[in-house]
Amino acid sequence: MTGYYKDEDLDRFGEMGKYNQELFGKFMSWYTAALEPGVLNKREKVLIGLSVAHAIQCPYCIDAYTKSCLEEGMSLEHITEAVHVASAVRGGASLIHGIQSHNAADKISL
Amino acid sequence: MINKKFKDTLSEVCSGPLVSVDIKILQVNVGYLCNMACKHCHANAGAERQEIMERENIEAVLRVLEETDINILDITGGAPEMNPYFTHLVREARRIGKHVMVRTNLTIFFEEGKEYLPEFYGNNSVEIIASLPFYMESEVDRVRGKGSFHKCAEALRKLNSLGYGAEESDKKLHLVYNPSGAFMSPPQETLEADYKRELFGRLGVSFNSLFTFLNMPVGRFRDYLIRSGNFEKYMGKLICAFNPETLEGLMCRHLINVGWDGRLYDCDFNQMLGLGVHSSRGQRIADFDYQELIKRTINVEEHCYGCTAGRGST
Repeated sequence: MTGYYKDEDLDRFGEMGKYNQELFGKFMSWYTAALEPGVLNKREKVLIGLSVAHAIQCPYCIDAYTKSCLEEGMSLEHITEAVHVASAVRGGASLIHGIQSHNAADKISL
Repeated sequence: MINKKFKDTLSEVCSGPLVSVDIKILQVNVGYLCNMACKHCHANAGAERQEIMERENIEAVLRVLEETDINILDITGGAPEMNPYFTHLVREARRIGKHVMVRTNLTIFFEEGKEYLPEFYGNNSVEIIASLPFYMESEVDRVRGKGSFHKCAEALRKLNSLGYGAEESDKKLHLVYNPSGAFMSPPQETLEADYKRELFGRLGVSFNSLFTFLNMPVGRFRDYLIRSGNFEKYMGKLICAFNPETLEGLMCRHLINVGWDGRLYDCDFNQMLGLGVHSSRGQRIADFDYQELIKRTINVEEHCYGCTAGRGST
């Protein structure tokens, strides 16, 4: 990761609390709690995180959740399958909007 | 963070230095010669290594086993089976009633002249600790070389056919997972369930337990960390993960490690770093003094963060 996104910037995440510690603190508590094992286990949660990271294309999240997946005993095969799920849902989301296009065309067509 | 010495971390949670508790295991590294050259190997083992334990030190090991209450012989390498006195060591240790564990890479079974090994292990009731870094071919071959996964699978099937790995069997077969990179190990219980399900489902293979180890920042893996720019982050992660609850069960507090040249160490990692045991009565197997060694202070350095991180790794 070079240029606009720098590896070392992830370690500076805490600086986001500089101008509003209260909101940042609340975010961190919520984030930490959301990742704790619950009905879903840790592995399922980091795999969801990885998929979302790819869907939103956040380089920091991709790095962090790839590592988390490896540390939960998953391999590149697992990771690749999860990325396909994220991509397929994302692709499907575009495709289903074809109906909106058809609807819009119907409105103005004879 | 990376400069925090292990001794300083230790002094924050202990009133004194790390000391030996007992000596239950004699861990013997019979040489660095190996038929493989795995990327994570802390011993830098390989086909070009010349360091091999000679007969004199093998006999000294057997003498120590005979004269003490140490009941477990843990044989490691390299590929320990490549030592010319390997079978002698195993047979004699068994003859005097000692439990023998061997750390094998499994692929050695397919080297010329080594085909006898599975039966030899079975006939001598050797407990097998076999390295298998993952249950998928691509990961294993990436770390250990192309074709190694299939050889491991065949070796495991052979061991199963001899009674190894079944739940009720007294022939114990354990597998060892190492992360295939600069990251921490998964929880042992979760990964063991994955290994059992996948290896049985894909290959029809069974085993008793899985041990998840961390890669120590020593040897070939340390070189990789430095070369890839991961060293500082990896050490930082180990230091942050320091868990004082791991101290009681550290292997170095319950064993003595013997190098290929007969020198004594607190563990195999210290051996690779040349950090000998603290002992006033000599540092060689020929000078072995049980009463002195059982009271020794453990020689610690930065790599000890590897064995004390998270759930521990020994």
